[in-house]
Amino acid sequence: MKISLFIPCLTDQSAPETGRATVRLLERLGHTVYYDYRQTCCGQALFNAGFRDEARQLAERFICIFRDAEVVVAPSGSCVSMVKHHYRELDLAPDIADDWESLKDRVWELCSFLVDKLSITDVGARFPNSVTYHASCHLLRDLRVKDQPLQLLKEVEDLELVEGNWGDECCGFGGVFSARYPELSRAIADRRATALASGGAKYITGADDSCLINLNEAFKRIKVSQRTIHIARILAS
Amino acid sequence: MSDLLILNMSKIKQNIKRSLKDEQLCSAVLNSCLRSSAKRDNTVDEIDDLPAARQTARTGRQRSLDELDILHKQFETSFKSAGGNLHYADTAEEACRIIVRILKRANAHQGVKAKSMVSEEIGLGKELVQAGIDAIESDLGEYIVQLAGEPPSHITAPALHRSKESIGRLFAEKLHIPYTDDPVELTEIARNVLRERYLNAEFGISGANFVIAESGHIMVVENEGNGRLGASMPKVFIAITGIEKVIPSLRDIPPILRLLARSATGQRATSYVNLLRPANNKEDAPDEFHLVFVDNGRRRTLVDPLMREMLLCIRCGACLNICPVYRSVGGHAYDSVYPGPMGAVLSNLLGKEPMMQPELPALSTLCGACKDECPVEIDLPGLLLELRARAKKPAFERIAAASWRWTMSTPTRYDLAGRMAKLSGSIFGGVLPGKGFLNKETSFRREIE
Repeated sequence: MKISLFIPCLTDQSAPETGRATVRLLERLGHTVYYDYRQTCCGQALFNAGFRDEARQLAERFICIFRDAEVVVAPSGSCVSMVKHHYRELDLAPDIADDWESLKDRVWELCSFLVDKLSITDVGARFPNSVTYHASCHLLRDLRVKDQPLQLLKEVEDLELVEGNWGDECCGFGGVFSARYPELSRAIADRRATALASGGAKYITGADDSCLINLNEAFKRIKVSQRTIHIARILAS
Repeated sequence: MSDLLILNMSKIKQNIKRSLKDEQLCSAVLNSCLRSSAKRDNTVDEIDDLPAARQTARTGRQRSLDELDILHKQFETSFKSAGGNLHYADTAEEACRIIVRILKRANAHQGVKAKSMVSEEIGLGKELVQAGIDAIESDLGEYIVQLAGEPPSHITAPALHRSKESIGRLFAEKLHIPYTDDPVELTEIARNVLRERYLNAEFGISGANFVIAESGHIMVVENEGNGRLGASMPKVFIAITGIEKVIPSLRDIPPILRLLARSATGQRATSYVNLLRPANNKEDAPDEFHLVFVDNGRRRTLVDPLMREMLLCIRCGACLNICPVYRSVGGHAYDSVYPGPMGAVLSNLLGKEPMMQPELPALSTLCGACKDECPVEIDLPGLLLELRARAKKPAFERIAAASWRWTMSTPTRYDLAGRMAKLSGSIFGGVLPGKGFLNKETSFRREIE
């Protein structure tokens, strides 16, 4: 399959290894991975901050870049949820809105793509560590991708999956929210980090770099040894 | 406007800072929310077909809004023919005026008040004090916050931000009694104070969860029995509610009620479900039975196609209990009568004009947990996003947004901005906020170039 990669701006700039791992993983599974250099930001940051017109301009740009793709895959639940669900709320130009209608079902979050589209749970990875999964909010509640990441992790050789009753509370990032209310965002993150660390796993994984970086900072603040790692990196190992 | 926004913003930020520093408050709020959410899960999950149950409740509420005018006419007929006095108030001020007038005319100076968020919304407490009328809060939580001179910090658990120790100190100080933090003793103390007041009460005031168009009933859901005492003992009874709370018939109650109690407190049913109606037998009923319908922005919201959904709300408080923000700072931080996700929306719909609390929609991580918790499936994150779009933005935000849009509009600008960020990150990296997001590695795209 010819896969068009969508690497969100935050991943590109702050967690480039996630992008590299996504390429390695998809190529190892026998697919052709294509990256269009025109891509920048999907517009989520502007949309969440209430700047709909500015967000619309970036959304229209995104649609024009990806409209001919066979499938678009991104290692992020939140940006995929923006493209699949929230572009509807932007006042897109009529012809671009038509393109979006046909594009939106070809846009996939990585874990969901592997399990739901390719029907793969064993990606041939080996990761000899203990891991706890943190469900990022937009992946879980917007895209309703709940079990797929766990199915993938369970098939990774030598991986010890640590599960517990720490629920699915938000990590407190929330994009602009964390910039506006840094202390509050940190308080939520520290609480979530404490809960996730209580299982004792060495790594905390998830499918969104924004949440993972936020949690990683929290682990350092609360002085525990846990660190975060994007699920693409585990699956590509 | 933008100056006002900044001033108001700093107030909410100050509240947040203050709340975060108050360890007693933080642990009381968090523990209470966690407990309520867990209890809610236990009883909500035992409903056989939960999605269908929520859909039925939502459809029921939707029908009320669709047929609101017809239902109001029906209610008017049934309520008045039972002997009730019906009042409509367009604004908060008018609602207070109506209530004060009723009480003055009846020569009622002291009475008991049951829980009512609408009474908080219209600022009734202050108006009664100014009119020289003494109304004691009879719900235990409301009694505690009234003693403390605070507004409620939760819509169903008004004093959840206080530990039993802080309530003990409050009672000792205000009631001049020896300190105790035993919840049973504290409840007994409040009960004794309140019993005395019931016997002498000249009026009772209460909120209403719903009113029933067909039968003219007023439904009051409660756990302490204070609602039914206040509605039956005094000679004057005044119920107060929002105009959106009319439901067609008694048959429409169960689908909503089974979710309301479970979502609010995790109870299968509350201790009391009161169906109150004016009665001819004045021995067992008040001489005067009033209902005040409050608009205060509700009609305006009803014709706002995107925000209308908020009027489905049945005030269970489940969205507060599950919200990571509310759990961290409690209700007072919101600087608004209604806190939490529902409050951040509602506070911008009610009142003299819309958007009176434009910063509140930003006080959310948009995690979406509230939407999943809501018994009538209100799309709270969606409404918060819509309000963020409607809010006037301060100049610095507009400039930042325009710059972001400009930068992201061509790959060349994006790459240049990325390099500059990395450069500044390597120079100032240690001191910048959000430094975890600064990665000195080459960006993904430049490497595979």
